[in-house]
Amino acid sequence: MKTTPLTSVHESLKARMVDFGGFYMPVQYTSIIEEHNAVRNHAGIFDVSHMGEIAVRGKDAIRYLYNLLTNDISIIANNQIMYSPMCYEHGGCVDDLLIYKNNDEDYLIIANASNTDKDYEWMLNNSKGYDVEISNESDKYGQIALQGPQAQSLLQQLTDTDLNEISFYRFKDNILINGITAMVSRTGYTGEDGFEIYLKTEDTEKMFKKLMELGALPCGLGARDTLRFESALPLYGHELSDKITPLNAGLKNFVKLEKNGFIGQKALIEQDEKGVEVRSAGLEMIDKGIARNGYEVFNEKDEKIGYVTSGSTCPSLNKNCALALISTDYTKVGTFVYVDIRGRKVKAVTVKKPFYNKKYKR
Amino acid sequence: MKFTKNHEWIKKEGKYAYIGITDYAQQQLGDIVYVDLAEEDLVLQQGDVLCAVESVKTAAEVFMPVSGMVVEVNHDLEEAPEKINESPYEAYLAKITIDDESELDGLMTEDEYNEFLESEAE
Repeated sequence: MKTTPLTSVHESLKARMVDFGGFYMPVQYTSIIEEHNAVRNHAGIFDVSHMGEIAVRGKDAIRYLYNLLTNDISIIANNQIMYSPMCYEHGGCVDDLLIYKNNDEDYLIIANASNTDKDYEWMLNNSKGYDVEISNESDKYGQIALQGPQAQSLLQQLTDTDLNEISFYRFKDNILINGITAMVSRTGYTGEDGFEIYLKTEDTEKMFKKLMELGALPCGLGARDTLRFESALPLYGHELSDKITPLNAGLKNFVKLEKNGFIGQKALIEQDEKGVEVRSAGLEMIDKGIARNGYEVFNEKDEKIGYVTSGSTCPSLNKNCALALISTDYTKVGTFVYVDIRGRKVKAVTVKKPFYNKKYKR
Repeated sequence: MKFTKNHEWIKKEGKYAYIGITDYAQQQLGDIVYVDLAEEDLVLQQGDVLCAVESVKTAAEVFMPVSGMVVEVNHDLEEAPEKINESPYEAYLAKITIDDESELDGLMTEDEYNEFLESEAE
């Protein structure tokens, strides 16, 4: 198992540690609910050093990424960030990514931890004919996510850079925080305002401890999951996979079908024209029970219509909800469906996503 | 009080016994948010699923430490499942009759259970 620059901090805080995508990571320090609420109400910090960082540099960087990704990377400005799925020719997802643009010839791609090696190989294999250099720089970075309504006021205490200058999905490189040089973006995976701070590995522990000292609560992967889940943000391996296209996942906004060529375009246009057969829907449990990943979903006639991709209690909403990949015949809001929970068919209703209204500062 | 390898406890009181999950089990699960209680009058064999305890992260099935019939479930847990986190040895899940008391002899004592936990941790 790989460790992060913060592993010894987690251990000293007596976090419960697990193997997550090949990384030794904290699930929780004290309580998932407490950590979840800290992010919704104050500020929390997460070790996200396991995320992959892949640099793309060279004269053809734009042209290369335009072809590689479903979203249109050519429209973003320097210091702007874009979210995009990356697809196979058949339309299934290799991964979903954040793309940081330094300039036309220099981008940084943020990948899901367990997908990084696979993504890197895919990116290399699709670079023929482009003047680009692709390098997996994941081991060079430590990363901390500082999330919550107080994230900005807390971070501002440590830097002379006016954080108002970093708006949603923008970043600044080489800013000085608490005497440490870092790259800071206004991004996250919780549905709250917040920042992701990219650091040299050797500076990461000092930054984490400083943020703790200022009152940010260390939060584990458990809270990260409930927070992203309430905000209906997709998680690769659940809402997205090599068998689930971005159109199935309801991410059409991030697929520019009209683009002039990209990997997976043909399959995705075909799927769009035929109409997607299954789509990710939000479910709210009406009867008691918690739907979990993999549980089957049925219609009123007891016919199987799909399965749950993520399910949990929603600590901020006092409800039990689920994201389910179900036949589009049933995705209309207000449709009753039934989730098989340990052999019992438990009634649920399709609702609008997200479950929790995101509080981004734009 | 006797213990199982699945981290249930059982406490005999007169002709009945109470069943719950151990302190170790509740710690491993984390915040408990829902208990899918058993139905009363249900007759179960040793090792059958009695009920399920759900934390934020996961659902855990609770098994019958011995054979018997469910005579009562702890309805307090419907509104306050966190009581299992707070006092695992008071927050029982079910009260049962015991079919065959000799089945209790096959379960672990507190000392044996603590040794079992230590051996698991290694």
